[in-house]
Amino acid sequence: MKAPTRYLLTAISIIGVVSLNSCGQKSRTAQNERAQNAQDTYVAPGEKDEYYLFYSGGHSGQVFVAGIPSMRHITTIPVFAPYPATGYGFDEESKKMMGDYTWGDVHHPGLSQTASKYDGRWLFVNDNANNRIARIDLRDFKTHQILGPIPNSMGNHGSSFITENSEYILCATRFSVPLPKGRVADPKDYEKEFNGMVSGIKVDPKTGEMKVGWQILTPPFDWDLGSTGKGPSSGWAFWSSYNTEMAHDVLEVNSSQKDRDLCAIVNWRAAEQAVAQGKVQIMDGVPVIDPAKTPGVLYFVPIGKSPHGMDVDPSGKWIVAGGKLQPSTTVLNFEKVQAAINNKTFEGDFRSIPILKYESVVEGEVPVGLGPLHTQYDGKGFAYTSMFIDSNITKWKMPPWTDDEKKDLNKVVLDKVPTHFSTGHLVVAGSDTAHPYGKWLVAMNKLSAGRHINVGPAQPESSQLIDISGEKMKMVAEAYTEPEPHFAQILKVSEIQPIEVYPKEENKDPDAVWDKSATGVSRNGNQVVAKLTAIRSRFTPDRIDAQVGDELTVHVTNIEQTRDMIHGFGLIENNVNMVMDPGETKTFHIKLTKPGVFPYYCTNFCSALHQEMQGYLVVSNAGQPLPGAVYQNAAPGAAPTATPGQ
Amino acid sequence: MKKKLTNLLRREFRFLARPLNLWSRLLLLAAAATIATALFYPLWKMHLVAPQYSDGLDLFISSYKIVGGGLHGQHLVEINNLNHYIGMAPIVQADFLEMRWMPFIFGLITLMILRSVVFGQMGNVVDLFVVYCYFGIFSIGSFWYRLYTYGHNLDPHAPMHITPFTPLLLGTKQIANFRESSYPQLGAYLLCFSVLLIVLAGWFSRKEEVAA
Repeated sequence: MKAPTRYLLTAISIIGVVSLNSCGQKSRTAQNERAQNAQDTYVAPGEKDEYYLFYSGGHSGQVFVAGIPSMRHITTIPVFAPYPATGYGFDEESKKMMGDYTWGDVHHPGLSQTASKYDGRWLFVNDNANNRIARIDLRDFKTHQILGPIPNSMGNHGSSFITENSEYILCATRFSVPLPKGRVADPKDYEKEFNGMVSGIKVDPKTGEMKVGWQILTPPFDWDLGSTGKGPSSGWAFWSSYNTEMAHDVLEVNSSQKDRDLCAIVNWRAAEQAVAQGKVQIMDGVPVIDPAKTPGVLYFVPIGKSPHGMDVDPSGKWIVAGGKLQPSTTVLNFEKVQAAINNKTFEGDFRSIPILKYESVVEGEVPVGLGPLHTQYDGKGFAYTSMFIDSNITKWKMPPWTDDEKKDLNKVVLDKVPTHFSTGHLVVAGSDTAHPYGKWLVAMNKLSAGRHINVGPAQPESSQLIDISGEKMKMVAEAYTEPEPHFAQILKVSEIQPIEVYPKEENKDPDAVWDKSATGVSRNGNQVVAKLTAIRSRFTPDRIDAQVGDELTVHVTNIEQTRDMIHGFGLIENNVNMVMDPGETKTFHIKLTKPGVFPYYCTNFCSALHQEMQGYLVVSNAGQPLPGAVYQNAAPGAAPTATPGQ
Repeated sequence: MKKKLTNLLRREFRFLARPLNLWSRLLLLAAAATIATALFYPLWKMHLVAPQYSDGLDLFISSYKIVGGGLHGQHLVEINNLNHYIGMAPIVQADFLEMRWMPFIFGLITLMILRSVVFGQMGNVVDLFVVYCYFGIFSIGSFWYRLYTYGHNLDPHAPMHITPFTPLLLGTKQIANFRESSYPQLGAYLLCFSVLLIVLAGWFSRKEEVAA
């Protein structure tokens, strides 16, 4: 072989080896990274997640519970919409709680707090659609109260923001309408006739029972999102707004004209005091404060531009507003806010409400990128902002900043991790408390744009798990969360001990029956009442007799005290499906309109003889009871009398 | 030959007449205290584990009661509920006649021990040992028969038909999807210990001479 050829071949082989080698290394690194991520998020069969992720289900009306780090959906807590899987919305109690509505728009879940720390008692969620607030008890993961529609409140979006000791849930209206509700005015007279409202929902410290405490009348801006103060900002709350223009049509354009919108700074302690002093007018039964007449309750601060999130940091000193239509977050210094209020450093007023001078309260505008919406904190001096337009999470350093950093705030922007796609809310574990857990961040994305296996045009939403324990953020897992998460809360699993059965001695339902001898069907006029027990694998009685035109009430008690022994009660062709957890009694009420024999059966798989767990509702024609009809206490002449089923 | 037998009987008589020394009497007192203590602890435990009951279901049997594990003895309710599928009668305390006479017998034995302490003769200890052993063996036999009865009187109309069986008294065995373990508990160990104390009481006075 000639020398040049030899050299050439040698060179080719060296290049080949080198490139092959580097290729191999690269894929090995990627491989290792995948393996590491898998290990960090894998929860092996039989093992448990470390955190609960409570995420709102948006217009599904529900709250969903997932585990972190697995991101697996674990359960659904029905709140504002029927959920046959747990019988929610079919029994009288949950139907009554839901009122006239069969849907809601769940946005911002808030865990109850004591001393600015999650106390593991309740989870509150707001309904943007029908102006309600619900309380979920974390003892049994069930909805126990729905308050509302709240009077004088339209579009309950700016909630549920919990004060430091769960004194109040604070809410602000997204929409303004002529108040009190029911009054009609022309939207053209928007500025004059329409108003928004901030509401203080009082929470009973023992029971969690909510009631409307007081309200603050506001100009018809569209309040967006907010948060409550702590530490130095204790007793205060903050909301962004996006329609200082007070547009009433083509809002997309007309409410985006000003460079800065007026955001609200509310002294809720002062509001409480004003109510105690009677400085209120009663509107639709609620004490309403007019902040123009009661100074010290409400202040405005201009913030660019159509800001979205308005998030207080764990120290309570900094408030960060997401610019949405400007490529920066605005950082307010609460100490400066207080100084400006005390020194009356105002740049004017709006309807007698002072506007704080922007320059006097702002620490800086951090150039985080396009479409900043919400900011969360790890408690170690870093902030994480969701970028809707850039589609990423941006990590940046909180003040205090060095002089060098102040000169160029690009220097405090530390890291970006792409998200898929267009992140709306994000949550850092415990960010809204004084002591965040840190470690995990969940980005809740609005678009998935074909990233998933194809399921047709109704595309699901994804949520992505990001490890924030290191200097660089690390995307480690993603899941397709039920539609549509708007914010979430993360709670350490070890901080709560939910019950697994309802203890028999706690069942105070007067219609509960625990023993076969107490079961049976009674009849008074056209009122037929059946009291049943459910236990593996039978209903007692398994026959209910009634007639067309009767009002039938059925109480079913699941007399099991063993965990996971859940029984359902589905009544065929009558739109009834109750599900009773162990120790629970549920009731439904229907008017019988058609004759026939309608089987009822256990809908929640319980045992090997689950299929056999059934009975019959016999509905005979009016006035024609079957001779064999069985009643406990038939009224004279109503039907043949007999003893309860054997 | 006759002489040999006479000697043996005499030695036997002398042995039974031996007085109990201080150590023996103290051991007997300890045995009485042990029996009294045993009354307050479970004698036996049956532990049932199935895939669906990974923590297991427990039954605790003591001299005067039978209770399930779990909150408010829920495990017994659960066991009965499961047993109804195979037509086994519910396990109820009232069926265990033993639980009425066992505390009485324990009292009787304790009294016999105290009598031996006071009377202080080897013969008393032998009486005690024999009655106690008889009582112990009878109780275990009676308990076994109870289990046999539960396992063999199955309702022919029950949803599931299984071959009649006797739940295990001692050890571990698989019954359908359940792994049953049945073992003595502190109460039973205390009773065994009290037997040992009684034997020791006799042993320590085996060479005591009858006073002239």
